[in-house]
Amino acid sequence: MRINCPVCGERDRREFYYVGDAVALDRPDREAGLDAWDSYVHLRDNPAGMTRDLWHHEAGCGAWLVVTRDTVTHVVSDVVLAREVAR
Amino acid sequence: MGFSGFRVLKEGLFGQKGWTPQWRNPDPKDEYDIVIIGGGGHGLSTAFYLAKEHGMTNIAVLEKGYLGGGNVGRNTTIVRANYFLPGNSEFYSHSLNLWEGMEQELNYNTMMSQRGVINLFHSDGQRDAFARRGNAMVNQGDDAELLDVAGVRKHLPYLDFENGRFPIYGGLLHRRGGTARHDAVAWGYARGADQRGVDLIQNCEVTGIDIEAGVVKGVQTTRGSIRAKKVAIVTAGRSGQVAAMAGMRLPIESHVLQAFVTEGLKPVIDHVVSFGMGHFYISQSDKGGLVFGGDLDFYASYAARGNLPMKEHVMEAAMTLMPMIGKARVLRSWGGIMDMTPDGSPIIDKTHIAGLYLDCGWCYGGFKAVPGSGYSFAHLLATGEHHAPAAGFRLDRFRDGVGLMDEEGTGAQHNLH
Repeated sequence: MRINCPVCGERDRREFYYVGDAVALDRPDREAGLDAWDSYVHLRDNPAGMTRDLWHHEAGCGAWLVVTRDTVTHVVSDVVLAREVAR
Repeated sequence: MGFSGFRVLKEGLFGQKGWTPQWRNPDPKDEYDIVIIGGGGHGLSTAFYLAKEHGMTNIAVLEKGYLGGGNVGRNTTIVRANYFLPGNSEFYSHSLNLWEGMEQELNYNTMMSQRGVINLFHSDGQRDAFARRGNAMVNQGDDAELLDVAGVRKHLPYLDFENGRFPIYGGLLHRRGGTARHDAVAWGYARGADQRGVDLIQNCEVTGIDIEAGVVKGVQTTRGSIRAKKVAIVTAGRSGQVAAMAGMRLPIESHVLQAFVTEGLKPVIDHVVSFGMGHFYISQSDKGGLVFGGDLDFYASYAARGNLPMKEHVMEAAMTLMPMIGKARVLRSWGGIMDMTPDGSPIIDKTHIAGLYLDCGWCYGGFKAVPGSGYSFAHLLATGEHHAPAAGFRLDRFRDGVGLMDEEGTGAQHNLH
């Protein structure tokens, strides 16, 4: 699996650290309550198919990336900087 | 029809013509007391213990493929009870006790081989942690022996003891641990459940779960709709998809775990050996193949195959631990789909939907739990009460943070296990 970093170009998967579902970009308000926080921290759609993950280009530019990827085929279809998604 | 040495001899003398199919192949009925979704190890053992321990036989096991065709047919077959934390410890202890009686209970040769599991340690600090784990195992009523270097050498003379990065300081020996024939475990439970009247229905994929006013009513399948008083989801790897049919999101992310088998060799590895520092473990099958694996690939996946970096890592760990393995040739590798929970421990519980039950989240350790999981889940399904050894496997422990069982001590977060 190779990931096309918007900053560095296409690089080996080993340069990246997987953080999990990109739900991490939708952090609830601190007063949002237990259900919202349980959902954010623990519960997952866990799709067999297209998913959006958060990856850290740890051994490269250090950017946080939102990777759109198929969990059944491992095909990476889109990579964007997390800061652009979060904006 | 029972299996025995006498029958094997008799069939041998008369052309093997007396054997009959080991289970029926029934069509689904319109209604059952309990429908179990998933004909893998856990689903089949659940059905078996519902029939045997609770006298419930109006039960169907629905399997989308063939019985035992999922993770129970694709694992590294290790059986052990060497957990540390309360909640896990008593569960795996109970499961190991069931393993020890399984062949008699099922009248089936599951090739249970208590060859001993040795976990290696490589520092003084790790020795302390393993001594503590060993004490927890002994306190639970299981066995553990702390071996020094000479003790490990006696069992495993082929290791690289003087490795520059991870010299071997000793190991924790769990003699009652070992391996079993994975397919036979599924087949034995299937046959036992079928003999007691459970319908095992293959090529029957569940496509929907019927719920009315918060109460489960049955399931929709590729072979028609089936009404049920209770529905049990036992679909490790696919738990998220099946639970989604009931509108639920689970604290589970599915990951790929790879394993490898070499060509058949003469007996060389007599135990199950784990090398935690390299995320590597190995045993030798009765056919002679070295069966080994490593850690997760660490990204969500349903591909049932992994990527090359983890393969390289596992081979490097193998060469680090036992350089002799470089002469063996890898025959095949595969990837299984693991239900990973945030704390690395499983779930056996009711849900907020009346009559809908969950047995999932076995992470990469479901095989050794097959008998215990079935026994405890059957208890919950039949009585409505949690079975004591599995009472810690609550679904809501993540939500309230009470009773998390994080064996690795890394935190209850998805990408850490």
